[in-house]
Amino acid sequence: MTRSTIELVPTVTDRRIARHAAAAIVLTVAEAVIPLPLPGVKPGLANIVTLVVLARWGWREAVWVALLRVLAGSLLLGQFLAPGFFLSLSGALASLIVLGLAMHLPKRWFGPVSHSILAAFAHIGAQLVVARVWLVPHDGVFYLVPIFSAAAVIFGLVNGLIAGRLLHELQALEAEERRSG
Amino acid sequence: MIRVQAGWRALLRPGDWLVVAAGLALCVYSALSFWSGGAPDGIIVRAGGKVVAEADLSRARKIEVAGPLGTTLIEVEPGRARVASDPGPRQYCVRQGWLSRAGAVAICAPNEVSLTLTGRGSDYDSLNY
Repeated sequence: MTRSTIELVPTVTDRRIARHAAAAIVLTVAEAVIPLPLPGVKPGLANIVTLVVLARWGWREAVWVALLRVLAGSLLLGQFLAPGFFLSLSGALASLIVLGLAMHLPKRWFGPVSHSILAAFAHIGAQLVVARVWLVPHDGVFYLVPIFSAAAVIFGLVNGLIAGRLLHELQALEAEERRSG
Repeated sequence: MIRVQAGWRALLRPGDWLVVAAGLALCVYSALSFWSGGAPDGIIVRAGGKVVAEADLSRARKIEVAGPLGTTLIEVEPGRARVASDPGPRQYCVRQGWLSRAGAVAICAPNEVSLTLTGRGSDYDSLNY
C-alpha cells in the first residue's frame, strides 16, 4: 500500500488572510473584556481590520477575514452556535454585502468612515431582524433601535477614522520602502 | 495638537460628513417614532356600549353625553382628556383626572359612559383572565 500524503501549500494570499484574521480575532477577544451597558452595543473594533483589508486587498479577502473572525472568535469565547454567534454571523454577512456595494462609491467623496458607518447600520439592521424573528418575537426589540443607531454612528465613525489613519500610514510606509528599496 | 486634529479631519471626505449627518438624522427619527408609543391621538366616548363620539386630541373642546342618570361632561385638551363631571354616586371616573396615555380608560359605570384614549402602541389592547 502506498502511503499518500496530501500537502497543502498556503499561498501568499492565504498567509495574508490568516494574518489579518488573527489580528481581527485578537480584537474580538480583547473587546469581549470591555463591560457593555447593553447587550448588542459594542465597538466592533475587529471591523477596523475588515475595512483595511477591503481597501487594500478587495472584497473577497475582506469576506474571508470577517467570516474567519466570526467563526474563530465565537469558538474562543465559547459562543459557537449560541444565539450570539448567529447574531454576529448575520451582522457580518449583512455588513459585508453593504461594504461590497459601498466600496464602489466615488473615492473622492466617500472614504473608510462612510464604509464603516454604512456597514455598522447593516450590522444592527440584520441583527435586529434576526432578534425580532427568532430570539425576541416581540416588537419590543425595536424600542432599542435609537440606541443601536446612535452606537452605529459613534462606533462607525471612530472605527472608520482609525481605519483611515491606518491606511494612510500603511501607504506612507510603502512609499518609503519603495524609495529606499 | 492642532496638526494632529487637522490630520484626523482630513480623513473625513465630504460624503463622509453626509453619511454621519444621515446617521444622526436616522437616530433622531427612530427615537421620535419608536419612543412616542403611548402618546394618544384621539378619544372614543361610549354610552350604553355604543360609540357616541370620536374626536382627535388636537384642540380643546367639551363633549356632553346623556346617560340613564343624567349628563356626563367630557373635557378634551390637546394631548389629554378627562371626565369633568358625572352624575354617578361615587365619582370614580371623575377622580381619575386627566388621561394622557393611549389605551387609558375612564368608566362611569352608573351612567354607562366610558372614555377611551386611542393611539398607536397602546399599553394594553385587551385584558383577560
